[in-house]
Amino acid sequence: MDIILKGGHVVDPANNVDSEADVLIKGDKIAQVGKNIKANGAKTIDCKGKLVFPGLIDMHTHLRQPGREDEETILTGSRAALKGGFTSVLCMANTNPAIDNKGVVEYIHAEASRAGLINVYTAAAVTKGLEGKELTEIGQIAEAGAKALSDDGKPVMNAEILRRALEYAKMSGLPIISHCEDINLSGNGVMNEGFVSTKLGLKGIPRASETVMVMRDMELAGLTGGKLHIAHLSAKESVEAVREAKKRGIKVTCETCPHYFTLTEEAVLGFNTKAKVNPPLKTKEDIAAVKKGLSDGTIDAIATDHAPHSAEEKDLEFDFAASGMIGLEFALSLANTELVKNKVLDWSGLAMKMSVNPSKILGLTGKGSLAAGSDADVTVFDPSAEWVVDEKRIESKSKNTPLAGRKMGGAVLITIVGGKIKYENGRFD
Amino acid sequence: MAVKWTKKDLLGLETLSADEIGLILETADSFKEISQRPIKKVPTLRGQTVVLFFFEPSTRTRTSFELAAKRMSADMVNIQTNASSLTKGETLKDTAKNIEAMKVNIIIMRHSCSGAPQLLAESVSPSIINAGDGSHEHPTQGLLDIFTIKEHKKKIAGLNVSIIGDIAHSRVARSNIWGLTKMGAKVTVCGPATLMPPEIEKLGVKVTYDIKEAIEGADVINMLRIQLERQGQSLFPSIREYAMKFGLDAEKMKYAKKDVLIMHPGPINRGVEITPEVADGPYSVILEQVTNGIAVRMAVLYLVSGVKERIE
Ligand SMILES: [Zn+2]
Ligand SMILES: [Zn+2]
Repeated sequence: MDIILKGGHVVDPANNVDSEADVLIKGDKIAQVGKNIKANGAKTIDCKGKLVFPGLIDMHTHLRQPGREDEETILTGSRAALKGGFTSVLCMANTNPAIDNKGVVEYIHAEASRAGLINVYTAAAVTKGLEGKELTEIGQIAEAGAKALSDDGKPVMNAEILRRALEYAKMSGLPIISHCEDINLSGNGVMNEGFVSTKLGLKGIPRASETVMVMRDMELAGLTGGKLHIAHLSAKESVEAVREAKKRGIKVTCETCPHYFTLTEEAVLGFNTKAKVNPPLKTKEDIAAVKKGLSDGTIDAIATDHAPHSAEEKDLEFDFAASGMIGLEFALSLANTELVKNKVLDWSGLAMKMSVNPSKILGLTGKGSLAAGSDADVTVFDPSAEWVVDEKRIESKSKNTPLAGRKMGGAVLITIVGGKIKYENGRFD
Repeated sequence: MAVKWTKKDLLGLETLSADEIGLILETADSFKEISQRPIKKVPTLRGQTVVLFFFEPSTRTRTSFELAAKRMSADMVNIQTNASSLTKGETLKDTAKNIEAMKVNIIIMRHSCSGAPQLLAESVSPSIINAGDGSHEHPTQGLLDIFTIKEHKKKIAGLNVSIIGDIAHSRVARSNIWGLTKMGAKVTVCGPATLMPPEIEKLGVKVTYDIKEAIEGADVINMLRIQLERQGQSLFPSIREYAMKFGLDAEKMKYAKKDVLIMHPGPINRGVEITPEVADGPYSVILEQVTNGIAVRMAVLYLVSGVKERIE
């Protein structure tokens, strides 16, 4: 059945639309965006006062399947994505077994279509077993449909190997997503190195651990002409380094995550393992720099780094607890509160970061746009709705978030994937 | 003193007020006398069960707590394990829940991870006394240091106290800094730059890398134990150089005030952070610290146990 979204504020920066309009969906494609569209027999949804975005794309998600289905599966992760307004995700390769060959890439795609809720794209590993030693069969992985390469969870510490990966990946056009962390500098650090780590007596990770690798990787991108995307930027100096490199004409894109523009290292006080994340939460100055990077275009994308962990992995001594927090269900509300309400980004700017740019960086076709003929992936958001994060109502199989009890501004009402309403007011289809 | 003890746990000195610290010191004063009696035992904690839950080898602190509990007639259980053996199966919380189910009153805990006692305090009902957690706090050591200083100097406010050594990894340093600054002392920390934690000055202390500066004008010098393994982590080039730059010897003592107190939490690396002639010399109160440790721990046990009647 055709669907018409009536009278919403359509935010479609790929087509310079940022105004009230109707969106007509026929089959699995967008048919038309415009004023007063007549559509006899179409299911009509009143979107007055709501925002209508091209479906959000999370280019950094950990779905934990295969290997840790107790923490998340492609199905449960897809439901969390829908609730957060994401119609597509890029899942990371650090599963068990790792997504480091064509077979596992195909397995993920098969499981995703069985779940049948959202578009699941894969990032396959840069090196076999994410060990940083031998390149994966990048050519075959690309043919199997992977959209990026990443050893995320770890850096590729050997610069020569990353250099060759950037070169080799040019043939397939896949970007390499770099988790920038110097593991020697990080050592056995568990939080940001600074006053809070000094107070708590926890081993700190110096901020330079991220920045030196951001700079190294950008030099290698410059050297090779390869496509580099930097994951989860968190430090002021890293934002500045990317800004400078872009000025010099280096081909690099980067993302940050909602927690890096929302939370500081103070969230760790009381040894709160739910605020343990890598890269670690930093300071107010870093939040300001991340916001500036988002508004001036240095930072291209907002991704969640959704990292589900079981209660058993979090309810431990801080040193032993797993790093990471879930993010799919909160990203758009946090972006609304922290970025749009604070005038860091306007709605079009936000749609660029959460849909248009991720689509471009990953080379997706028919995504990130509401132009006629595009895939009918649409997110309808009510910016004035309010809700409180309640662990019991989290869709993700894991509940590891430091946001429990926090008031959220704005809620996703409807998520449409491929012309089908997959999520509407708390119900999944 | 008007202040009353209301806390279930003693996790650190950061969360105590100056009045609460004062109350512990005053209580310790009255307990100190018991250790000087021919029969060193009072019935104060009779019928209470105290568990010593140690995840890190320790002879001194454990013995000190054990004697403190025994002199107050508590029943004692010792559990010694190591942190890593737990991570394989049972978690720290599982083990603690089991101990709780045995209806104990007080758990005295030492752990190599900062924050472990807090995790326990949040999940089980017995009182938790932190006997040292990672690099975070060692509150009873801080208290016994302050107690010893006060015995000699009759006050804390206005004193210059220098803490010298591996500040970054020292829970003793942190508890001393919290306690001393709350009581009005002026604290200087001194050590190699590699062993100085970032932004420590925000705790209200002065930082210097020059031991001479830390010695001059100090009323109290607290020498920290250096872990010899740190050399392998490139935190300092050699033990020899460490001893030369940051060890306290007779030569450097020439800069000290004539009535300085020399302290050390023990065990001492003789000839590394402190030479035998200084450790055993006239300014040293190192053995008094050990004696006072029992009185302070008796006071802490007494206060957290919630026993209302005062000792006779
Ligand atoms: Zn990462
Ligand atoms: Zn990640």
